[in-house]
Amino acid sequence: MKRLLVVLLVLTLAFAVMGTPAAAQKKGEPVRIGMYLPMTGGVAAYGQMEHAGVLVANKMQPTVLGRPIELFLVDTKSDKIEAANAVDRLIKKEKVKAIIGEAISGNTLAGGPIADKSKVPMVSPTATNPLVTQNREYVFRVCFIDPFQGEMAAKYAFDVLGARKAAMMIDIGQDYCVGLGNFFAKSFIKQGGKIVAMTYCQTGDQDFTAQLSTIMAAKPDVLYLPNYYTEVALTCKQANELGLKVPVFTADGAQAPELLSIGGKDVEGVILTAHFAKEAAVTELSRQYVANYEKETGKEASGFDALGADAYFLILDAMTRAKSTDGPKVREALANTKNFNGVSGIINVGPDGNAVKSLVLLHVKDGKFQYLATVNP
Amino acid sequence: MDFSLIAQQLINAVSLGSLYGLIAIGYTMVYGILRLINFAHGDVMMMGCFFAFYGIMIFSMPWWLSFPIAIVLTAFLGILIDRGAYRPVRNAPRISALITAIGVSFFLENLGLVVFGGRPKGFPRPEIFGGIYTFGDIRFLGLSIWVPLIALVLLSGILFLVYRTRVGRAMRCISYDMETTRIMGVDVNRIIAITFAAGSAAAAAGGILWAMKYPQINPLMGIIPGLKAFVAAVLGGIGNVVGAMLGGLILGMAEILLVAIRPDLSGYRDAIAFGILILILLFRPTGLMGEKLPE
Repeated sequence: MKRLLVVLLVLTLAFAVMGTPAAAQKKGEPVRIGMYLPMTGGVAAYGQMEHAGVLVANKMQPTVLGRPIELFLVDTKSDKIEAANAVDRLIKKEKVKAIIGEAISGNTLAGGPIADKSKVPMVSPTATNPLVTQNREYVFRVCFIDPFQGEMAAKYAFDVLGARKAAMMIDIGQDYCVGLGNFFAKSFIKQGGKIVAMTYCQTGDQDFTAQLSTIMAAKPDVLYLPNYYTEVALTCKQANELGLKVPVFTADGAQAPELLSIGGKDVEGVILTAHFAKEAAVTELSRQYVANYEKETGKEASGFDALGADAYFLILDAMTRAKSTDGPKVREALANTKNFNGVSGIINVGPDGNAVKSLVLLHVKDGKFQYLATVNP
Repeated sequence: MDFSLIAQQLINAVSLGSLYGLIAIGYTMVYGILRLINFAHGDVMMMGCFFAFYGIMIFSMPWWLSFPIAIVLTAFLGILIDRGAYRPVRNAPRISALITAIGVSFFLENLGLVVFGGRPKGFPRPEIFGGIYTFGDIRFLGLSIWVPLIALVLLSGILFLVYRTRVGRAMRCISYDMETTRIMGVDVNRIIAITFAAGSAAAAAGGILWAMKYPQINPLMGIIPGLKAFVAAVLGGIGNVVGAMLGGLILGMAEILLVAIRPDLSGYRDAIAFGILILILLFRPTGLMGEKLPE
């Protein structure tokens, strides 16, 4: 078995080396853009929403530099190893000029280095962990990063909710959750608050009764859950069943319809920091996009699809400014993005390829995500 | 830790442990009779959940109709899997059957992804199971009482089937010596089909209770419960139905107590489950209630 694998690996590598002739850039030849997104698995909702967003954006603007755009999608199955393989395949086999993805930080951390090495620019719609773009020349994002999100959440919990004692449960299987949890805790303590219960879980866990019972005994004023939608929804359900009656605060990862369908009435009142809400549409592009998205899909536009569209629009904008699809030139243009009017707001690419952006506060009311406020950095 | 917190954690532990045990019963029964570790058990359980889900959501059946129908459908699925996948390798070495089981598991997971889609769905919880009971500071879901009760009923049902019926006698004969049983005029394939039907029905029942407790279903939901049930079955002595229930309870207890005593280690509860598996395999490979292996 092992020997067979080695032989296969060598053969694949050999083919990969042989199959890289410099493609002549003819006019009208399609520009290939790859997507690696979690279409199945634990965080499939993000991938499917972002994919839908990119498709709508592609309909709105199907060409760049007078050439049509060809999109390639590879499913990462919400898995780090699959994510790395997907980037490899997009670059070596599909020969894409730019890559959109991944939706979550852990998977983008796995895929980023490969794009970096091959000098193919990558724009992640929603990977918010700061490490994703650190020392990665070719990796960018169109979302804010977690130190900002965690700090704003801590301030809101302290100032507006009046919380002094916070309890937390962090998914240790995800770079995003660990990072965001730590940023929140640091800020909350700096404000003068106290973390009275720190518990952990693992992606895919379904039973949180033990953690929640421990949290209940610590009598917190707020429960902060920097986790993904399925875990947040199940946690809220079990918290209500155990009689834990404190405000639940969560983050951008919870803005998926699944939070509402799984959580039902148990997620009423949940507050979250998020990337985008259509009430906060500020640019001309966002108004056009929201109208198009709702016409195409029949669903309401929300954070993840809007950021998928932004990643697409930003890549096209950079190619137009670079007047080329050549990796290093597009990278240069991406790094120099100033006041780009995106769907989710105005995007400036700062140091480390991070977008500097505002965030929105939402809460769940009457079974829907509703807009509370916009917070500027 | 005060008394009410300890009591609450114990209730959490029994409630989780009996779910593990419930799923482990079917696992261990199939092994006890066929000496086949049915790695697709968790995925059969997943299919049962989706049958129940679609019964309620698409055909708008009430739960008391949809759940039994789902269990019967899953039993038929078990027979189908046996006919299509396991029967052709019946006389092959045991490792072939094991690999086939893994193949069936992957097949069901990916079939689920194509047919049901990869995004999780909220599972409806009927009113009767959703009630919350309070004793002082201790609270628990009505389901937490139902699960051990149903597990007990299922356990007695399987014990009755295996030890008190003609079919059960044939099953026990097959587990001793399939060839001789066949020579004695027993329709071995029919008995094995019944075994799979019963095992799959138990999986569906366990799965539906699991889905009501943790109301989220997706095509990959069977993997972790399947593995935990496997650990529970090995812990109790694989092949022993009562042992599986006991193993499930011990596993649930170990996981909850770890979180209760060391909240800072609560992310590593799966490590506890598989750590127990390794220890059992090292020091008592036949499990707590398993028979001694012949030298």
